Parts: sequence; structure tokens; C-alpha cells
Amino acid sequence: MTERLSGPDDNALDGNAIGGVLHEIFGTEMTTAEVTCGHCGHACQVAEEVVYLRAPGTVVRCRTCTEVLVVVVRKQEMNCVDMSGVAALRAS
Amino acid sequence: MAGTAVRGRLTWQVATVASARPETASVRTIEFDLPGWAGHQAGQHVDIRLTADDGYVAERSYSIASAPGEPLQLTVERLEDGEVSPYLTEELRPGDQIEIRGPIGGYFVWDGDDAGTPLLLVAGGSGVVPFRSMLRHRASIGSNVPVRLLYSARSLPDVIYHTELDMAGEGAEVVYTLTRQQPPGWAGHSGRVDAALLTEVAWPDDRRPLAYVCGPTAFVEIVAGQLVSLGYPPDRVKTERYGGVGAP
Repeated sequence: MTERLSGPDDNALDGNAIGGVLHEIFGTEMTTAEVTCGHCGHACQVAEEVVYLRAPGTVVRCRTCTEVLVVVVRKQEMNCVDMSGVAALRAS
Repeated sequence: MAGTAVRGRLTWQVATVASARPETASVRTIEFDLPGWAGHQAGQHVDIRLTADDGYVAERSYSIASAPGEPLQLTVERLEDGEVSPYLTEELRPGDQIEIRGPIGGYFVWDGDDAGTPLLLVAGGSGVVPFRSMLRHRASIGSNVPVRLLYSARSLPDVIYHTELDMAGEGAEVVYTLTRQQPPGWAGHSGRVDAALLTEVAWPDDRRPLAYVCGPTAFVEIVAGQLVSLGYPPDRVKTERYGGVGAP
């Protein structure tokens, strides 16, 4: 069963909130990177996506179709990144 | 690991509290000494990391309140059920040290080089913090970009930077709306930001305005949606959401 959300709830943040951890992972500013959803094809800047920090791990969802784009789980000093929901990520 | 900042990399640095002063009953501004600070842009934020004696780590993001070129200042609102903000607003003293990394972000920033484009800033509660940085930056670079700040707060005593905002300078206009309590004789707006208030305050879309909206998530969703309904292209409405931190 695929989890579906009706829309961002009041606790949802946006991609600005993960600028720090993404910079740590990719070594550069990523909130202005263009991300293309692997589910619906919607493309926008990372800052505009829906982010949940208090899920188990950090979860990024597509603002258009709400499917999961990225999951980041921190284990000790290591970030484990699942990007299987992303079709393309283009940093300028 | 905290250490010396390397250009291009984002590392945790140890910051020392230089001063702290109250803004409202639940909000204060903290200035930090940060020897390796490489400077920031208006609208950027930092991450703060607190480590408890037992090793428990809490990280939070806070918008930068000071202008580019000024020492790093953060303005923090105490959240009743918060893990980090009660410590920052009540316990942190000058001389104390915390870990900070930043500056972070390239989307919700204003460099002041968009000459002639009017700016619309819409703040809910402590969402006004990055706009203080933008307004100070606008003043310090001598920008003549027309700017309107629409600021929604619960009551007059909850308005952050009130004195400073009232002296925002030529071409800068601040419009308040108080959602819960208005003082006797209040001549400003009352109630939440709605389509009617935005229609009155927002620059007409034919002037190609650039809008920034910051505050609790529900506030940002509503305001950004209404601006698009008024004809603002979605890519001219930049948003930053603080989560469910209470309605302004």
C-alpha cells in the first residue's frame, strides 16, 4: 500500500530546512538545485518541496504528487541517502 | 566535529554569545562572536546544534536577523514545548558557546540587485526575522527598491523589531495586522491576512513584484496561494515555512 497525503500538514516544512544537511552531503548549496520527481515528472527547486524532519529520518516529498523523493537517515556520523524517487537533480 | 571553516565546505563552528537582548516577552536576539564567519546574504539561515551531557543531540534552523556585513545575530522565539528554544531564550548567557553551521540557503535570499522590482514581504509571527535582515541590507546598500512589509502578529506586544520597523526608511512601508488582540484605538488592520488585505497591500502584478512569504506553514500556504490568485507568477513568490509553531 502506498502512503498518500491529502496535502502538506501544519508540521511540514520546505526544502529550505534541509539546506544544511544537503550541503553536508553534496558539498554545495542545494536549495536552488532543480529536482525532477521520478513519479509525476514535476520539476522545481529543492527549496519548494515538502519536507518532514520528524519522520523516521528526513523525508522530502513532491509538492505536486506527494510521493517520496528523498529519505535521509543519519546513523552515527554517516548520512544514508535514498534518492530513488528522484528522476534528476541539477545543481547550478 | 567543530573546526575552522574551509571555504566551500559547511562545517560546525563554535560560536560565543556576545550579547543577548529581549525583543518581546518570548523573543530575544542573540549576537555571536564567530571568528571564522565568512559572511552571509539577507534571508539565509544557520543550523544550531546542542549536545546534552548524555550525548543527546538536537539540531534546529534559525533565520539570520542581521544584515550582510554585520555580526551574526539570531532572533529566537520561545516555543512552550520546544527542546532548543527555551534554552536559547532563557538560559544562554554572554560567554556561553554553542555549535553553529552556515550560512545556509540560496533560494530565500535577497541580494538587492533586482533594481526597480518592488518587493513584497509577508511575515507571520517570527517569520519577520529574515525580513529584518533584508530591510537592513536594503538600507545599508542605499537601495531605492520600493518595499512593503505586511506583518501579521498576535498582538502589539508580540510585534518584533517594532521600533526599528517603524523607521525602515524611505520607500519602505510596514503594514501591521493584529490577529488576536488590538489595543484601544488601534488604527491598523485586524484579523488574519486574507485576500482583501493582500489586494490592498500587494503591489499590482504588472509591476513584476517579487514576493517573499515567511512564517508558520499554514500561514505561508494560504498567503502564497492568495498571491498566485492575485496574478503573481508562482516563481515570483518565494516561501519559507517554519512548521506548526502556532498561528500568528
